[in-house]
Amino acid sequence: MLPDGSLVNFAFPNDTHIVWSLMIVIYPYITGLVAGAFVVSAFYHVFRIREFASIAHMALVAAFCFGLFAALPLLIHLSQPQRAFNIFFTPHLSSAMSIFGYVYAGYMVLLIVELWLTYRPHFVEKARTTTGIQCAIYRALMLGASCDTAASRRIDANLVRFLAAVGIPWACLLHGYVGFIFGSVKANAWWATPLQPLIFLMSAIVSGMAMLMLMYTVIIWYRKQSFDYVMIRKMAAYMWGFFIIDFTLEMLEVLYAAYENGHHWQVIKPLLSGPLFYPWVVGQVLILSVVPLFVLGIPVIFRVRDRVVLYLVNFAALLLVLQVLLMRFNVVVGGQMISKSSRGFVEYHFELLGKEGLLVAGILLTAPFVVYAIISALVPVLATPDKAAERREESPVAP
Amino acid sequence: MQKDRLANQGRRRFLVRAAAGGAVAGLVWNTPLAKLLAAVVTESEQEAPGPAYGFIVNIDRCIGCGKCVEACSIENNVPEGYVRTWVERYVVTDKGVHVDSPRGAIDGFEGLDDEIKRDARQAFFVPKLCNHCLEAPCIQVCPVGATFHAPGGFVLVDPEHCIGCGYCIQACPYGARFKNPETHVADKCTWCYHRVSRGGLPACVEVCPTQARLFGDVRDQTSDIGKIYTYGNWSHLKPEMHTEGMCMYLGLPREVV
Repeated sequence: MLPDGSLVNFAFPNDTHIVWSLMIVIYPYITGLVAGAFVVSAFYHVFRIREFASIAHMALVAAFCFGLFAALPLLIHLSQPQRAFNIFFTPHLSSAMSIFGYVYAGYMVLLIVELWLTYRPHFVEKARTTTGIQCAIYRALMLGASCDTAASRRIDANLVRFLAAVGIPWACLLHGYVGFIFGSVKANAWWATPLQPLIFLMSAIVSGMAMLMLMYTVIIWYRKQSFDYVMIRKMAAYMWGFFIIDFTLEMLEVLYAAYENGHHWQVIKPLLSGPLFYPWVVGQVLILSVVPLFVLGIPVIFRVRDRVVLYLVNFAALLLVLQVLLMRFNVVVGGQMISKSSRGFVEYHFELLGKEGLLVAGILLTAPFVVYAIISALVPVLATPDKAAERREESPVAP
Repeated sequence: MQKDRLANQGRRRFLVRAAAGGAVAGLVWNTPLAKLLAAVVTESEQEAPGPAYGFIVNIDRCIGCGKCVEACSIENNVPEGYVRTWVERYVVTDKGVHVDSPRGAIDGFEGLDDEIKRDARQAFFVPKLCNHCLEAPCIQVCPVGATFHAPGGFVLVDPEHCIGCGYCIQACPYGARFKNPETHVADKCTWCYHRVSRGGLPACVEVCPTQARLFGDVRDQTSDIGKIYTYGNWSHLKPEMHTEGMCMYLGLPREVV
């Protein structure tokens, strides 16, 4: 089926290939993981949801690790990367993209300060108790602030809470902003909707939670520790709730266009029944959305044994991280499949070794986990269940 | 209406300049710099308005020879596989619309299938190029201001500042932009700025054998383009985009996107 009564697939001569490719697919994906992971940490620090005690620090560290690589795909994508800093020096303020650098950099500074304050007592203690290179590393991380008293911890804790509180709207801004960059392009019928920032934001939170869940499970399983089922059940409920909102918005966008039956639907309908049929209808919606929607509902609604909850939540989390990744692909690449001619589609072919290829994308998606492993060797990221139980009882900011 | 479009632009420019000038003057009032600034602002406001260029495409005149595409390609060293201007062939049938533009029609067009020829009830050629919009989405979205309006209304790309993000390519509703695989920056029609600034015409206009393409100062009421701009029944591509393009079409059939 071709759009607008076209007898042949006609794309404009310059629409020969997809300009925004895999790097621009994984950029909002990684940014979303940052925002989502941070929100989980903020649930504990700001909203005092104590069930998240065992995962709060891990969420913060994970947000930082993903954050380190959030802008790298953009840099790789630029065909004049040596001029990337012009966005900082000569921002053109009418562009939705122009202050992304400031929003992103500011957010990373906030994350780093919050992380440092969270782990400062640990640095101080380790600098005192270790020797050699280890001691040098911890002394460097201490940044000269060697004071660690009950009073200093209280101040740090208040600062962390303040930063977490500021970080929530900032995380929402960061990711809502990514959605805005796409949603405000009026030339692209598949992108141009005011729902786009909200969809990006909700899916970001879902992907962050799901990724944390998977990381937590793998680490605890690897260490042969016992699982914190209180946290897992809570996480399942929140993940389910946010995904319901996310999926509803995603469906609303399409249903609205379909019911309105305006000029957008004239190209979206053939897009969804043509090149995006398998990636969107079958993949994103039927398999990766409907299935986790039911699977996650089971532990939330019914009384299910702990072990079953673990399997169900992780199965759903795996589907959800893939759902969000596929959603990013379907938005970014799918939107460009519609030629501006509105009378045909542009083909997309995966690249393997190029700078926007699968290999680079794979490396970028793996890198945050490597950094996470390095950080977790330096600081206690994941609390043991006993420690988590302790934390739930005490003030939700004590490290 | 046409006059209003340009007048509004002029007023807007004036108001922006006045506001900026006022703010700066307020800050440096009674300083030596103030006199200098006042002189510059006054002088620039007293200048006669420069030309406001426009481009008219007359659908009824285009024969689809593709000479314009070829001339543009040679003149501007357009890389293989991309075009700064192109020509589309439309064949309207009862079953739908057949549109093609092989390599932008740089070599013209070949014959059509017998079936389409049999069903055809209308056929025409549509040359396309950058619309040099007054409300250009590409200028709006460029994160570093590398795409800009030059005096006269040319929408240009500064290849020394473009970072190659591709946002302008996404934002252009007309498919006029591409990323140049040799220079690695955004590329598009400049209305042959280098020729026009020396008093010439865009290459495509120069070579068109049927005068399907007209270019000139739309404020010049003694010229054909000035009269067409003021009194002609022209229309825009994708008017719902509200980009206020300065590329206008005469006799544009409704099938054209």
